[in-house]
Amino acid sequence: MRGDIDQRKQFTRRALFLAGGQVLLVSGLVGRLYYLQIVEADTYRMLADDNRINMRLLPPLRGRITDRFGEGVAVNRQTYQLVLVSEQTESVADTLDRIAALIDLSESDIRWVLKETSRRSDFVPVTVREGLSWSEVTRIEVNLPELPGVLIEEGQSRFYPYGELAAHVTGYVGAVSEAELTAADPLLELPGFRTGKNGVEKIFEAELRGSAGTRQVEVNAFGRVIREIARQDAATGEDLTLTIDMGLQGFAARTLGEEAGSVVVMDLLNGDVLALVSSPAFDPNAFNQGLTSEAWQALLNDPKAPLINKAIAGQYPPGSTFKMIVAMAALEMGLVTPEDTVYCPGHYTLGNHTFHCWRRWGHGDVGMVDALKQSCDVYFYDVAHQVGVDNIAEMAERFGFGAVTDIELTGERAGLVPTKAWKEAVIGEAWQGGETLNVGIGQGYMLATPMQLAVMAARFGNGGSKVMPRIARSTSGRDVPIFETLNIAPEVLAVVREGMDAVVNDPVGGTAYAARIDDEGMEMAGKTGTAQVRRITTADREANRELEDIPWNERDHALFVAYAPLHAPRYACAVVIEHGGSGSAAAAPVARDVLREAQRRQSVRWPHDDAGSFPGQEV
Amino acid sequence: MVAWSGRFGPDQLSLTEKLGAMSWGLVALLLLTAGMGFAMLYSAAGGELRPWALAQMIRFALGLALLLSIALIDISRIHRFSYVIYALALVLLIAVEDKGSIGMGAQRWIEINLPGFRFQLQPSEVMKIALVLAIARYFHCLNGEQTRKWTSLIIPCLLIALPTALVMRQPDLGTAVMIVAGGVTLMFLAGVALRWFVGGALLTLGSLPVAWSLLHDYQKQRVLTFWDPASDPLGAGYHITQSKIALGSGGLFGKGFLEGTQSHLSFLPEKQTDFIFTMLAEELGMVGALLLIALYLLIIAYGFAVALRSSSQFGRLLALGVVVTFSLYVFINIAMVTGLIPVVGVPLPLISYGGTAMITLMVGFGLLANVHVHRDMPVGRGAGQGPF
Repeated sequence: MRGDIDQRKQFTRRALFLAGGQVLLVSGLVGRLYYLQIVEADTYRMLADDNRINMRLLPPLRGRITDRFGEGVAVNRQTYQLVLVSEQTESVADTLDRIAALIDLSESDIRWVLKETSRRSDFVPVTVREGLSWSEVTRIEVNLPELPGVLIEEGQSRFYPYGELAAHVTGYVGAVSEAELTAADPLLELPGFRTGKNGVEKIFEAELRGSAGTRQVEVNAFGRVIREIARQDAATGEDLTLTIDMGLQGFAARTLGEEAGSVVVMDLLNGDVLALVSSPAFDPNAFNQGLTSEAWQALLNDPKAPLINKAIAGQYPPGSTFKMIVAMAALEMGLVTPEDTVYCPGHYTLGNHTFHCWRRWGHGDVGMVDALKQSCDVYFYDVAHQVGVDNIAEMAERFGFGAVTDIELTGERAGLVPTKAWKEAVIGEAWQGGETLNVGIGQGYMLATPMQLAVMAARFGNGGSKVMPRIARSTSGRDVPIFETLNIAPEVLAVVREGMDAVVNDPVGGTAYAARIDDEGMEMAGKTGTAQVRRITTADREANRELEDIPWNERDHALFVAYAPLHAPRYACAVVIEHGGSGSAAAAPVARDVLREAQRRQSVRWPHDDAGSFPGQEV
Repeated sequence: MVAWSGRFGPDQLSLTEKLGAMSWGLVALLLLTAGMGFAMLYSAAGGELRPWALAQMIRFALGLALLLSIALIDISRIHRFSYVIYALALVLLIAVEDKGSIGMGAQRWIEINLPGFRFQLQPSEVMKIALVLAIARYFHCLNGEQTRKWTSLIIPCLLIALPTALVMRQPDLGTAVMIVAGGVTLMFLAGVALRWFVGGALLTLGSLPVAWSLLHDYQKQRVLTFWDPASDPLGAGYHITQSKIALGSGGLFGKGFLEGTQSHLSFLPEKQTDFIFTMLAEELGMVGALLLIALYLLIIAYGFAVALRSSSQFGRLLALGVVVTFSLYVFINIAMVTGLIPVVGVPLPLISYGGTAMITLMVGFGLLANVHVHRDMPVGRGAGQGPF
């Protein structure tokens, strides 16, 4: 029994020792709980929220682009896509077969859907087909009871109802590019998100885009959405009103027809561009849907360059339309008076070079108004020679040449106004006297865009106000802008305007008399231009070929600039037809029709309109 | 002595005496603890009694009946049959090698198909109790002097080594660790000389490289992942990372009953079994966790009291053997879900959903109650009292 008591004592000692050990272990566990649940609680609470709360972006609706009368030019169109949730259907394959009986579904589509549904969790909706037509939607909707797990999802996509017509103005939207991805906007990461790639869609991207909404959802470990916790709706982008009148735009495009070229019509008082046509164009809807590489190559390789906005990026020698500038420079410097005459024998000799007039037998004695009216080259050789290239350049720049107009479009080019300094700096040669003569008739190095030509015509028409073109009327309704003046003496301007009047309205020798506007009070003033594409050789002069005999890409560009109505000018217009032949035959009739339509539309659409105020515009 | 009616013999107690001496306090503690378990299983099912809570209640009721029945058996009878039970458990462990079903890539249980009654038997669980019985019986038959002899180590070491080797082959690291730890602790309590434990510890350290090479790849992976769970956050480290997030985000007062986001959104794995402590701590916070730990400590303290009060070495060793097994479940499970030790697959006693562990524990507590009921009953030493 003594051993028993010893044994019991030893057991008690060791049991207490064990109990002590267990107390230590429990303390360790409690300490661990304290560390996890008290010390690090905030960290783990955050991690738990990260686990369960998922942010979903809600894409905003892109702002609409409308013409000046509110016609939708770039709008959002409801799109429909068919999705399948595999957990709600007994057999994905059977359901797909039934769908294929109702709408067009290719074998590869079906294979893709089968693969996707097996790869993903069965509650994830898989897109079976996008871009369903309305009739396809109704066919599916009617049969929904036999199509478990099938859903029609609605979305919005950009749509250009006018197709090609305003393509160069609106531009188009396309998938987000790598370069854009560096920006911070999370929307850019959204699959299928579109951004403006060209035209006002690109220039006003920030305003049109709007901002993303967010949806906080609680998800489980498999990603299934359990419930929505918070939602902030997306902010729709701002709407944009263009200065364009789509009615006039369509008329101008139809008048230009199949020709490659451009027509610009602007309000010469406030700079609103009413029509801006560049032909041929492209369908911006095709870009949104994703162009095939064949279609893209076809656009790129088309000799008529449909992707280039010729109205602002096409640079042409202005030809005889530039003669007004030379005349202005000479008159302002007092080197010639309107009454001074030059004898035109059909050619002009400088040093040992002979320069030809377009009329081989000459114009005889011509004064300034006659010289403009008949577009006598020799007169302007002589005057340009007196004025000098740098003075011509100075006047050209005052009328808007040689610099971008900063119109709210992409890809605008500045053209070129050559000076002596320019030639030495860029070409590295001294200016030749003969080159001044070429500039005097708008040839040589001189380059201008149709937009610049329209601005020039506008500045003649508005009496020397430095009007600048604009294509977007801001959402806030901008007032009539105040422009600087070009500081030109009215009597000087009057001489050139008289010449432009005579070009169109003088039956005796006016180069555009055939293209005059007959309607009382709608008459226009203008100037023809025919720009050489290649140097004319003596052989060409002898051959005197018909237009049809010359290869298209060697024919002259046809130009015409004009303003109307004659006695209270309101609209300026520039027409450039690439390889169109002569300005008087090809370009002037287009300008006539378009200017007449612009005035006719004014009386019909805005009967109570005063100059400088427009519907929807605060005066 | 007067022969009282209802007595079975001079050394026996009547049924009324036994019921009067029954450990009702223990039963009350078990009810409270299991009640917390039912609540958590109800929450794990998203506020439903099915599929887990109801089944668990039925099991607990059966277990309670088993506990009371075992508590009433004469302690000398249990002493007598200790080796037989051990031998049976060993046979079952060997049988599981042949007939065992495959569960989680390891052979752990036997399907038993009796007419009208079908259940899964996990022999390693039976062994946890059987080993306690066998070791308690072995040392009960030795006096203090004999216990300190080195020769007395041979049989208990064999008793431990045999099942350990078999369990390791299944492979079931968690149970193997528990068997060894439980057996060694029991030898320590029995009075084996301390030098053997020092020597054993050194030997264990020395053999670690050998043990490492014997581990299965997935076991090695678990240990490696334990050291650096962030290295594999979506793979093997996922469970423990999510468990820590759930625990930590519970904070002091928890997210509320049925409101655990980690648990209910399936971020927490096996929330109704091995990781139920995490769920409890997420929903009820540190306060809830401490409450459960306090209940566990009360049960353990109760066990210590029973052991110290027992007049026989067999009773003492048996009682503390049960307590040690129970506390090993608690420590290993909580240390595992809090990221202190690698994930080894040990359930939280009385709380985790699962039948075998529940039955094992209730049988164990039945033995504890038995020691309590028979606290003054002498248990004979030596041979001549039954088999072996």
